[in-house]
Amino acid sequence: MSIIQILFYLLSGLAVFAALMVLLSKNPVHSVLWLIVVFFAISGHYIMLNAQFLAIVNLIVYAGAIMVLFLFVIMLMNLNSSAEPGKHIWMKLAGVVAGGCFLIMLVSLASQAPEMTNKTVQMKEGNIGLIKELGKVLFSDFVLPFELTSALFLSAMVGAVVLGKKDSTQ
Amino acid sequence: MSLLQLDILLLIEKLVLIVIIVLASLGIALYTTFAERKVAAILQDRPGPERAGPLGLLQPFADGLKLVMKEEIIPGNANKALFILGPALAMTAALMTCAVIPWSSQVELFGRKIDLQIADINIGILYVFGVVSLGVYGIMIGGWASNNKFSLMAALRGASQAISYELAMGLSLIAVLMLGGSLSLKTLVDQQMAPGYLWNIAYQPLGFLIFFVCALAECNRTPFDLPEAESELNFGYHQEYSSMKLGFYLFSEYVNMIMSSAVMACLFFGGYDIPFLDEKTLPVNLAAVLGLGALLTKIVLFLFLFMWIRWTIPRFRYDQLMNLGWKKLIPLALVNMLLTGIFILMKQEGTWQTITGFFK
Repeated sequence: MSIIQILFYLLSGLAVFAALMVLLSKNPVHSVLWLIVVFFAISGHYIMLNAQFLAIVNLIVYAGAIMVLFLFVIMLMNLNSSAEPGKHIWMKLAGVVAGGCFLIMLVSLASQAPEMTNKTVQMKEGNIGLIKELGKVLFSDFVLPFELTSALFLSAMVGAVVLGKKDSTQ
Repeated sequence: MSLLQLDILLLIEKLVLIVIIVLASLGIALYTTFAERKVAAILQDRPGPERAGPLGLLQPFADGLKLVMKEEIIPGNANKALFILGPALAMTAALMTCAVIPWSSQVELFGRKIDLQIADINIGILYVFGVVSLGVYGIMIGGWASNNKFSLMAALRGASQAISYELAMGLSLIAVLMLGGSLSLKTLVDQQMAPGYLWNIAYQPLGFLIFFVCALAECNRTPFDLPEAESELNFGYHQEYSSMKLGFYLFSEYVNMIMSSAVMACLFFGGYDIPFLDEKTLPVNLAAVLGLGALLTKIVLFLFLFMWIRWTIPRFRYDQLMNLGWKKLIPLALVNMLLTGIFILMKQEGTWQTITGFFK
């Protein structure tokens, strides 16, 4: 095993384990913290694919901003395991079956797609994930979707401000 | 095993560098606490700590020993694992920044050229931002795990303050990055060192001011030390902490100060550049040592500025803090960014022709 393979299996194992812990933790705060570990593992994968910019933006946006908001809400509501509504055993069983079916479908799709067969992952190669190339692509080939996305973000921001204002005047 | 194919020498070199830099950061932080007390004493016209050792120089060790010897108390209803994780995270996040800071140029030892920087990564300054945004978790986890309402409130204050000021910080930074055209701190420093170029502070005085105010807020320093405002919140998010865990929280603040000083020195004040001196004329090793000295001098000056502000200016109220961050600094940073963009476009050749051609 080369060092890249060792790293890959370590990160993958960590990601899967942490994702399972998100589901299995009784305490919602623990779930959020495990989810942050998942983001770290995925960022590690990005770095191995030589997409440093993607890796760090993943951390800044998801782990650094969105998860902090999640944590805010959960800490303030002070949820704990006793407050969780109990679900019937049949509901849980149905959830497991449905989720399992979805997983099988995803795996079969991924393994049979023509883009995926007979291809290996390119480690430490390509520079599309570096900020220079990414910026050039975003501002030339994909400039319209990019600007549309920013307009969408702006409208979301305006919406948030309007909602916040309404609260303070009452 | 292809592990053996690794450049063992490179590995050793980097490991030694990491150990030296982390230990040096901790050592400087140790004496920053001492300097803080001395500066406070001078500003308040009193002698300050002077009993431990000559001139009180052993005072930080006495402080540390006192903290270590104190009884460790973990509150009964606290979440034990997270209670321990909180200070550890705060300290780790504070120390991780030192990986991308270029401490000096190259040295030549045993025929090898060694960069005095742990990792010159493509995304240097974004890495700093990633680490800073993780520092919030140390505060939030510690405050929540203490199971104390005041700790939680202080943690929420601290986290929202950090997030709010990160925005203005990032925006003021974009202007500098537009000038440099790179995210790597080393490249940015090299550009400022090049003959004919001034330090970035000359081009970005407003950007530096915004960055500095945000750095004060990010480090929880006065006038933004609201997360630990004693008169409102008893002691802050680390109220339930005792012994060395409390020490870690207090200490990480000083490490953060050093790291933000280093980042500011690299971004705006030429990093390891010595003014009015062409380093290329010096022998390599001498230039590296002098460069390190220059960077450390700049860091010390910034640290003094931090302390000077702390002991002169009173604290903001919480709503004033949020107003300053969101309603003043962010628009100011945006204007700064726009102006910089316009000037860069003006300087590029052919812009005028394009504009005039557009209106013909």
